[in-house]
Amino acid sequence: MAKISGAVVVDNERCKGCNLCVVACPAEVLALQAKEVNDKGYHYAYMANPDKCIGCASCGYVCPDGCITVYKVKI
Amino acid sequence: MNIEDIIKPENIVYSKPRLMNNNPMHYCPGCSHGVVHKLVAELVDEMGLEEKTIGIAPVGCAVFAYNYLDIDWIEAAHGRAPAVATAIKRLNPDKFVFTYQGDGDLAAIGTAETIHACNRGENIVIIFINNAIYGMTGGQMAPTTLLGMKTSTCPYGRTPELNGFPLKISDILAQLDGTRYITRQSVHNAAAIKKTKAALKHAIENAMAKRGTSLVEIVSTCNAGWKMTPDEANKWMVEHMFEKYPLGDIKNE
Repeated sequence: MAKISGAVVVDNERCKGCNLCVVACPAEVLALQAKEVNDKGYHYAYMANPDKCIGCASCGYVCPDGCITVYKVKI
Repeated sequence: MNIEDIIKPENIVYSKPRLMNNNPMHYCPGCSHGVVHKLVAELVDEMGLEEKTIGIAPVGCAVFAYNYLDIDWIEAAHGRAPAVATAIKRLNPDKFVFTYQGDGDLAAIGTAETIHACNRGENIVIIFINNAIYGMTGGQMAPTTLLGMKTSTCPYGRTPELNGFPLKISDILAQLDGTRYITRQSVHNAAAIKKTKAALKHAIENAMAKRGTSLVEIVSTCNAGWKMTPDEANKWMVEHMFEKYPLGDIKNE
C-alpha cells in the first residue's frame, strides 16, 4: 500500500489562533504556539508533529480565515 | 521524505480560495462566517460565475463581506437585502444574485422583505447565518435565541412568557409556494462543510435555472457572543442548537 505523506503551511500573520484546526486534525499534527505570537498577538498554529500529517485537509476546511495550505504526496 | 519535498505547488490539495483576497478578516477568531465566505468563493470560482455574481451584504457582522471576496457586492439597509436582490435579479436575469444575511437581519427587521421575496419566488439564493444572537452589537437576544439561553438582553435566560419562542423562519418559508429549496446545514466540521457546499451548489443551480427562491440556513456559532472558546461553541451548538434547528432539507422540489 502506498504511503501517504502530507504537510501543512500556516499563514502565520493571518492566523488568529482559534484552535479549530488543532481540534479538527485526526492525526494530532497541529498545535498552537505556546509562547510565540504573530504581529496581532495571536498564538498561531504550527505543525508540532510534521511526520504524522496525512494531508487530509480537515484543518484547511475548518479554518475560518483561510490561513492553511495543505500538500499531499504518495510515496 | 522531507517537508521541503512535499511543499511544492503540484502537491497542493487545499488552499485559500482564489476569490478570497488577502485582506485580514475582522471576524472574531473561530467565527463561522469565514468558512461560509470560503464556500461561496470556491463555488463561484468552480461554477465559472465570477463575472456574473452579485452579492448583497447585510447589516451585521458580515457587513464587510465585500472587503474579503473579489466579486461584485452591494450593501443593503438592515434587513432589506432580499428587496435589493429582487431588483438586481429582475434587471439582470442572467446574473447569479445572492444575499448573505444573519438571523437579526433576515428573521427580525427583515422578516417582511424575506417572506415576500420568497413568496414571489424571486430567483435568488438567500444564505442565512443563524447563530441565535445579535453578534455585531454585543450579543443581544435575537428572534432565534433558544429558550433558556442567556444573552446581554435576557441575562437570566430567554423565557416564553417575556420573550416568546425561538422563530424557525426556514420552516415558515418552506410553506410558501415561491420557494424551491430550503435546507438547514452547519459548518462545524469537515463533513458538515462538504454537505453545506453541496447544498449551496444546488441552490445556485436553482437560481441560475430560474426555479424559484432557494434558502440555505447555516446554523453557526458566535463564540464571542456566547462567551465560549470556538471549540466549546461548536460543541454547544451540536448539543443545543441542533435540537431546535435540526439539519437537513426542509423542502426540495
